[in-house]
Amino acid sequence: MPINITMPALSPTMTEGTLAKWLKAEGESVESGDVIAEIETDKATMEVEAVDEGIIGKIIISEGTENVPVNDVIAVLLEDGESADDIGDVSAASAPTAPVISDVSAETSQTKQGDSSPQAPRNDDSQKSNRIFASPLAKRIAADKGIDLSTIKGSGPRGRIVKADVENVKADAIASAAPATGVYPEDAKVNVFGMPYVEIPNNNIKKVTARRLSESKQQVPHFYLSVECVLDNLLSARKELNEKANGEYKLSVNDFIIKASAMALKSYPAANVSWNDDAVHQYLHSDISVAVATPNGLITPIIKQAETKGLRAISDEMKELAGRAREGKLKPDEFQGGSFSISNLGMFGVKDFAAIVNPPQSCILAVGAGEQMPKVVNGEIKIQTVMTVTLSTDHRSVDGAVGAEWLQHFKQYIENPVSMLV
Amino acid sequence: MSDKNFDVIVIGGGPGGYVAAIRAAQLKMKVAVIEANHLGGICLNWGCIPTKALLRSSEVYHLAQHAEAYGLKIKGLEFDLKAVVERSRGVAKQLSGGIAHLLKKNKVTVIDGFGKLAGKGKVQVDKDTYSAKHIIIATGARARVLPGLEPDGKFVWTYKEAMVPETMPEKLLVIGSGAIGIEFASFYKTMGADVTVVEMMDRIVPVEDAEISDLLEKALIKQGMKIIKNAKVSKLDRGKDEVTAHIDIKGKVEKQTFDRVISAVGIVANTEGVGLEKTKVKLDRGHIVTDGYMQTDEPGVYAIGDVTGAPWLAHKASHEGIICIEKIAGIKDVHPMVKENIPGCTYCHPQVASVGLTEAAAKEAGYKIKVGRFPFMGNGKAIALGEPEGLIKTIFDEKTGELLGAHMIGAEVTELIQGYVIGKSAELTEAEFMHTVFPHPTLSEMMHESVLDAYGKAIHF
Repeated sequence: MPINITMPALSPTMTEGTLAKWLKAEGESVESGDVIAEIETDKATMEVEAVDEGIIGKIIISEGTENVPVNDVIAVLLEDGESADDIGDVSAASAPTAPVISDVSAETSQTKQGDSSPQAPRNDDSQKSNRIFASPLAKRIAADKGIDLSTIKGSGPRGRIVKADVENVKADAIASAAPATGVYPEDAKVNVFGMPYVEIPNNNIKKVTARRLSESKQQVPHFYLSVECVLDNLLSARKELNEKANGEYKLSVNDFIIKASAMALKSYPAANVSWNDDAVHQYLHSDISVAVATPNGLITPIIKQAETKGLRAISDEMKELAGRAREGKLKPDEFQGGSFSISNLGMFGVKDFAAIVNPPQSCILAVGAGEQMPKVVNGEIKIQTVMTVTLSTDHRSVDGAVGAEWLQHFKQYIENPVSMLV
Repeated sequence: MSDKNFDVIVIGGGPGGYVAAIRAAQLKMKVAVIEANHLGGICLNWGCIPTKALLRSSEVYHLAQHAEAYGLKIKGLEFDLKAVVERSRGVAKQLSGGIAHLLKKNKVTVIDGFGKLAGKGKVQVDKDTYSAKHIIIATGARARVLPGLEPDGKFVWTYKEAMVPETMPEKLLVIGSGAIGIEFASFYKTMGADVTVVEMMDRIVPVEDAEISDLLEKALIKQGMKIIKNAKVSKLDRGKDEVTAHIDIKGKVEKQTFDRVISAVGIVANTEGVGLEKTKVKLDRGHIVTDGYMQTDEPGVYAIGDVTGAPWLAHKASHEGIICIEKIAGIKDVHPMVKENIPGCTYCHPQVASVGLTEAAAKEAGYKIKVGRFPFMGNGKAIALGEPEGLIKTIFDEKTGELLGAHMIGAEVTELIQGYVIGKSAELTEAEFMHTVFPHPTLSEMMHESVLDAYGKAIHF
């Protein structure tokens, strides 16, 4: 007899959820323990595992359906020897219900309970429901005062929140949640926790950045390597070069870092790569993407073939690209692509940090501030200017040894800047 | 002896007591009701119900008198006072019998006699002693007697004698213009008596909204009733077949002679002889003090209804009985009464009904208010009924939209008020009232319009 797979209660408070994704299609066979679907509640996304084995005979609730009540049949599992023809009578409640266990690892502590049985009867106790029961008057007073109804215990019939409950919320509790009204912009809104906010629409750059960074952090196995670089030689070289410039150019530390990165990639191309399932692509040029913060979001203009360019050329190009980046006037090919990224927060005094790999690239170098500090050199304490850089890499294409070796090359160029000019 | 041991004993079988007993029985408690007179109490036997029967007679009489306004002709219209009273008594008897049946059906033991607390968990009735874990005092209240105005059963009546007149008084004095006084005044006026009402306050039905008091006064005066406000009756000279009242109007005494006098100057709680003396039960101005769940200061002793104080209304008593029993039974979802949500109804002609704060009380409480008014004159059904006089007034808190009070005068308003009571109990705001569809043609449409008017949106006025 076909088995009904029902919407599981993934937490004691869950009454409904969104069927976010089917991981099995109709006709696919499932084993006990297979993840068959992803369910979203307002708290988390969770995987649903099958207990019984069989073939997904019919998907009843399609992907993306919201507010699916707990215990509703979401799919039908066919057992050995059964065919789709057997499904006809399944929707009738006669079919046994397949136990479905949920992977609650991603869930909050609230859901940590062994019994997430979908057969749990729908309780009539409002305490156990996500829906907040409150009188219209209580809702309005709460909204006016910026009180989060979910923090209040109702004293009315069936635990409903009534006026008295809202009025009993201490004044200081409200004050901390929402300072005096009137100081907010007209378009300010209040969220379910009573927190006032304004909406800042996401532009396309932000949406794309968010999506790509999420994908990267979720899908790319990151690891991080940090080294300290002594900057004193670089700083004196920079000073010397800038003094000779007669105002025609002004090299920044960042220009040196771009050049050093490009040279390190040239001399050690194993880090100048992208992961692809069938092959690692090793690039033949050092196309350096440099993260630039703009009012519209983060964008990474590219210094192409930076290994072939002089510091002055890099400096000029960087200034020009960054200027247009801030104005939102970059052409797609000026910021799409690149083989390696640099993100420099040194100018903000950040000592060190780890950046997120910018796919399909494998490496991003996070550059901290150069700081003077005492260092022991050959048994003597010396004042040195030290900069910490952290290389984040995609472990699939750049492993620890490769990353470390690249950093050695980079460090060598930074600490001996003349070598990169040769 | 086991038939003398109960979970709950209720002293008093009025609308508080018998309802509590039935609810207790539903919750599987072994329960007894002790009643000294009639099951159903004053309400059913000498109050709410028989007066409604009398007022119905007077209403029909009034309509018949005005039959021509409806295109009808009635010749030789007269009433038979004895039959009117008999009908009223019959209604009371029928319902009292109904209570006895309900109690029996629910296996509630009814004990005839006067119940008295006799030590912890004990109640004495005559020579018998009964025991119960929980004892509920539901002994009600009786008419207040002011010195000099003592009822004598013949010329000076309380509600009880006023309900069973043998002859129709020609000239009647009603002292007190609360619900009881004004209902009798209305009944006797409609039946042809020359009625004078004396009220101590500066307006009649003083618990109502001042605007409603004024409208009622105008309507009654138009019917020919005499109303003397800011006055009290200081003395009654009882003659052979008449009574001369000394009416003190702001210090100036005026003598007037009447056939009969009805004293309706309030009520006092029946706390005497109940055996409270040896308990920790506290009294406040004659009424038993309880918490929100009707528990007195004496463990195991509870009090409900009129004996606990205002408002002295049957529906308040019944509701308190339910709260009390459910709390005793350990039901979790029990909530103390919200007194602002108790409606009050007066069945004079025109009727008066209200719930919540009056306009003055709302202002005094510091609310910034929005007031809606809708007159019967603007309502199709009212015109069709030939009842174009009346008003529905609503008072909202401007800040929150809470319905603070609703006040009505006019035909059938006692049946309308519950709509606002539900709304108020459910804590609806003006928005929900506005979004509610009211059926057409009904008087209830005025309830909608009144809310709309409070926000400047009334359609038909």
